[in-house]
Amino acid sequence: MEPIVVHKGNVGVLNRVNVDTDQIIPKQFLKRVERTGFGQFLFYDWRFNADGSDNEDFELNQPSAEGATILLADHNFGCGSSREHAPWALDDYGFKVIIAPSFADIFYNNCFKNGILPIRLPEDEVYQLMENGKDEVYELTVDLENQKISDDHGFETTFEINDYLRNMLLKGLDEIGITLEYEAHIDAYEKQVNA
Amino acid sequence: MAPKTIVEKIWDRHAVLEEEGKPDLLYIDLHMVHEVTSPQAFEGLRLSGRNVRRPDRTFATMDHNVPTQDRTSISDMIAKKQMETLSANCEEFGIEVADIDSPNNGIVHVIGPELGLTQPGKTIVCGDSHTSTHGAFGALAFGIGTSEVEHVLATQSLWQSRPQTMEVRVEGRLQDGITAKDIILAIISKFGVDFGTGHVIEYTGEAIRGLTMEERMTICNMSIEAGARAGLISPDQVTVDYLKGRRFVEEGGDFEAQAEQWLSYATDEGAEYDAAYVIDAQEIEPMVTWGTNPAQGVSVHETVPAPEDGNTPAEAKAIKQSLEYMDLTPGTKMTDIEIEHVFIGSCTNSRISDLREAAAVANGRTVATGVRAMVVPGSQEIKRRAEKEGLDEVFKNAGFEWRESGCSMCLSMNPDFVPEGERCASTSNRNFEGRQGKGARTHLVSPAMAAAAAVTGSFVDVRDLDKATV
Ligand code: SF4
Repeated sequence: MEPIVVHKGNVGVLNRVNVDTDQIIPKQFLKRVERTGFGQFLFYDWRFNADGSDNEDFELNQPSAEGATILLADHNFGCGSSREHAPWALDDYGFKVIIAPSFADIFYNNCFKNGILPIRLPEDEVYQLMENGKDEVYELTVDLENQKISDDHGFETTFEINDYLRNMLLKGLDEIGITLEYEAHIDAYEKQVNA
Repeated sequence: MAPKTIVEKIWDRHAVLEEEGKPDLLYIDLHMVHEVTSPQAFEGLRLSGRNVRRPDRTFATMDHNVPTQDRTSISDMIAKKQMETLSANCEEFGIEVADIDSPNNGIVHVIGPELGLTQPGKTIVCGDSHTSTHGAFGALAFGIGTSEVEHVLATQSLWQSRPQTMEVRVEGRLQDGITAKDIILAIISKFGVDFGTGHVIEYTGEAIRGLTMEERMTICNMSIEAGARAGLISPDQVTVDYLKGRRFVEEGGDFEAQAEQWLSYATDEGAEYDAAYVIDAQEIEPMVTWGTNPAQGVSVHETVPAPEDGNTPAEAKAIKQSLEYMDLTPGTKMTDIEIEHVFIGSCTNSRISDLREAAAVANGRTVATGVRAMVVPGSQEIKRRAEKEGLDEVFKNAGFEWRESGCSMCLSMNPDFVPEGERCASTSNRNFEGRQGKGARTHLVSPAMAAAAAVTGSFVDVRDLDKATV
């Protein structure tokens, strides 16, 4: 996985609460045998009109959200079914960081397993960032090393994150990578029980 | 030494690493793989240039979306692709696969025990929630997600926190004609869909000890429907006898030593559990579910409950929603509910003894008019055996369809499903909304009760069948 140390990018504003995983990636797209390629179906029912054309009213279709890699959303992002296709789709579309006042538990954990940094910020800060980014290109710098978020106009704030999970992303380690650091223990175990 | 439960013994033997402040690293003895939850896990390995650590501890089958009618031409292109992908992945990584043409093919939780892969004291995982079935042998077996499938493929281990233990004791003796399915449905109806949350259930008591291995599998299979992480039964002589001579079990003198080791996993006398529940075997009647979760079940002699029967406002609301979906009126006798479909199959109830019980009911009778009844054996081995015993003829003569093995109408990913608004008596494990097809209404029952429903067209206590059919 790509490490995330400092990430600078444009924000996409999705000012909605309780965005569930079925909205992130509708279930008709789950039958693929790959984990890549889900980005084209991200937010499918919102992003596209019934005839398949772009829905010009959808937030992420606005020029200001062009090439966004940081997603701003409201409370309880990622609720619903535990499908891992949701972080796969977000990542494949290009999002590396998601900032929201709160996340659904399983989704939050699934992000780390798939190289996405979810950040919880206080509601008022999230709303302020949304305001800044909703009509024009607005870049944020996310510094995971120092747990800081800033813009080019003097805004700066800090965020909390579990050390173990932070370390995973800093080193670009997925959970398997971390476990493989203990490979000697697994070898020893197999030897000992003659497995 | 302090007495220990089987869960503690298995855990202690499999913890590769135990450090403060994080989950334990648990070694996995056996990883069962199927076509639906594995493709992205294999792809993940390839993308990161990793290998399968122990192909010899990994075994694959195809079951979830295989057709149960004509296995030579697969009409669902996506299903076909998933099966081909599994074959290619197994080939690439050196994993044995019981593909659709293999004589060993069948539902993952049926073939594990059948081949003797499932053994006491093992840790077993699979990307399917009913992996708890293997617990019948005194194994610690649980379902996992796609990321975890990949993790086990790469490392043969998983980060897991030590579960709480729970005893569920079925005390005393069963009434005649009561099956394992009735026991587990009665337990879940009595204690609720989430009483097992965070725990591994161990089933104990005289009634459990008296069960065959196949019946024990039915019980452990539905542990997940009680919210438990897993369910198991301490091994005894019944377990040992079942395993003797199976393909993956040691032969000869080694077998005795092996058996002794297996038995040593059984819970010690006086061991303590974190929680305990007791049910009286005598009170268990033939069960039928009326709602959309497996705890919404009653004895076939009872009636459909009303929202007011709920103990809490939330429960009342759940009853109301279920009744609407199931199109049932409170107070209706269970025996007055008419059905259009019967499904005998799934990893809960598709083994040879299940088919024998159903065939005994079907023998000499005919499927009621307007009912479509289907028997789907759990594996090709079971199918061959049933055919040798002539059970297929019994079913066909009675008007049942006799199919190839697979998950089939348990989850209806293949072409078998119940049409919208129609009702099915099913021996599977989940009666969720839409499980057997959009708008399908599922009633969970035992194989004998399902066969009885097929020949009468409605629910009936199979023990009263002779009275009911004349
Ligand atoms: S029969 Fe049903 S529950 Fe069992 S493995 Fe297949 S889909 Fe899962």
